[in-house]
Amino acid sequence: MAENDPEEEIILSELDDTELVEQMFDDLYDGMREEIEEGVRILLDRGWAPYRVLTEALVGGMKIVGEDFRDGILFVPEVLLAANAMKGGMAILKPLLAETGAPTIGKMVIGTVKGDIHDIGKNLVSMMMEGAGFEVVDLGINNAVESYLEAMEREKPDILGMSALLTTTMPYMKVVIDTMVAEGLRDDYIVLVGGAPLNEEFGRAIGADAYCRDAAVAVETAKALIARRHNSLAAG
Amino acid sequence: MTRTPDGFATSGPSLPSDIELTTAGLPLAWTVEPNAAERGRILLIACGALAREVLALRAQPSLSHLHLTCLPANLHNHPERIPAAVRTAVEQHRGTYAHIKLLYADCGTGGQLATLCEELGIEMLPGPHCYAFFDGTERFAARAEMTSFYLTDFLVRQFDAFVWRPLGLDRHPELRDAYFGNYRNLVHLAQIDDPDTAQLAKRHAERLGLDFERRVTGYGDLGTAMQGWARSDR
Ligand code: B12
Repeated sequence: MAENDPEEEIILSELDDTELVEQMFDDLYDGMREEIEEGVRILLDRGWAPYRVLTEALVGGMKIVGEDFRDGILFVPEVLLAANAMKGGMAILKPLLAETGAPTIGKMVIGTVKGDIHDIGKNLVSMMMEGAGFEVVDLGINNAVESYLEAMEREKPDILGMSALLTTTMPYMKVVIDTMVAEGLRDDYIVLVGGAPLNEEFGRAIGADAYCRDAAVAVETAKALIARRHNSLAAG
Repeated sequence: MTRTPDGFATSGPSLPSDIELTTAGLPLAWTVEPNAAERGRILLIACGALAREVLALRAQPSLSHLHLTCLPANLHNHPERIPAAVRTAVEQHRGTYAHIKLLYADCGTGGQLATLCEELGIEMLPGPHCYAFFDGTERFAARAEMTSFYLTDFLVRQFDAFVWRPLGLDRHPELRDAYFGNYRNLVHLAQIDDPDTAQLAKRHAERLGLDFERRVTGYGDLGTAMQGWARSDR
């Protein structure tokens, strides 16, 4: 993306809606939190619904970041900075979304498994799921099976998400799923798993509903599986 | 006789710098002695981060017939690219060597490297990564240290190239706690007992805001594996 010429300061409020959204994509890409917060406020002042600001300006911009990370154009710090900028925008939108009764598609409990403290990918998935209209309960890092079970009992989510970045911790996902099976809970939840060392085959082998390569795929998969679940409930 | 910066005696040209090992690896020519006709039956393909350690071990007479080539160490931050790089290297050298051994642990490939080795019929190192095999894979697992961040000697020397810059801490020091906020200490797994490397490691711990601990591990399972492989051709 083009660097802005520092000589020529861009005044966000002077841009029309289309230009502003495009500029916000650039600012998100460059991890500029204050600019994103300002852009969100301007769009709200212009009468945009909070849900529209979220999906068109923030989620849209974050998708580009996600694609460029997948393609090796961006590395971890750029993703972290972009996520941080998006978080700034989300903080303004969240209370408004609640007030305006924006649609909630479903609820997800997510956490990194026991022994693992990698959380950047998980945090990104949480944010994109929230951006897509899911309610997300984030259990943080280093979660033992008890922690997942308690949270499912307490939160009654539709989806359980587990993240692992270490070869040594990914097998723990199977421990969690096996425990769910043993307690007769497995079919009550959609189980999604992710993290760089995983793959589709691993997801199938441990009995997850799906492995998701990145946050965008996680959102699409979650939506599809929730829809399928509603249909089968309606039919049954 | 020349000496590498680590003090290892070598008879050949001087070893590439750590930076070259990081970005380019080590060419095979470095360990191939032109007049040794009976040599050249076993080739080690290693991560560039292990070059110095492998060469130090190779200084033992019982291991000196092992040839070595290294892939760039910076594949470490992109483990999904390691299997293809290994395949290319193995295919390149297959015709020349009776045995090829891979000096890589899983390194975050999620079992892909093991699957590839099975397909190619070659052996690799056990365990998840170099932190584990220097310490001893079983001992490392038993420690179950969740909140420790490890550095080997190579990573201590190449800290800026492997940790500080790729994580963007040179440009955005404010990200430090997003990365390391959940860690308690930095553990220097030292292959050789060298006070300068220890001092440097301690400074890295300070930069990351972590407590410092040091363990002299020697070469751990790396040495054991190389000794086993050296005999496999006898
Ligand atoms: C950044 C990083 C770190 C940071 C972590 C900071 C943090 N707060 O998370 C730091 C530097 C602290 C770190 C520490 C360690 N790390 Co590290 N780390 C990485 C690195 C470079 C990138 C991971 C990352 O954040 N990616 C960015 C995000 C956006 O991508 P992602 O995590 O893949 O997530 C996406 C998808 O996978 C998916 N996804 C992820 N989770 C989920 C969950 C669900 C439900 C779904 C649907 C999808 C999904 O969506 C995400 C967004 O698109 C990887 C190498 C790599 N390229 O993967 C090594 C790597 C994972 N680390 C590794 C290691 C070994 C360690 C340490 C042991 C190293 C050490 N020196 O001590 C410690 C671990 C300690 C511990 N107990 O956990 C190894 C693992 C090797 C192995 N055999 O498993 C790797 C592969 C590097 C390597 N080759 O050696 N690490």
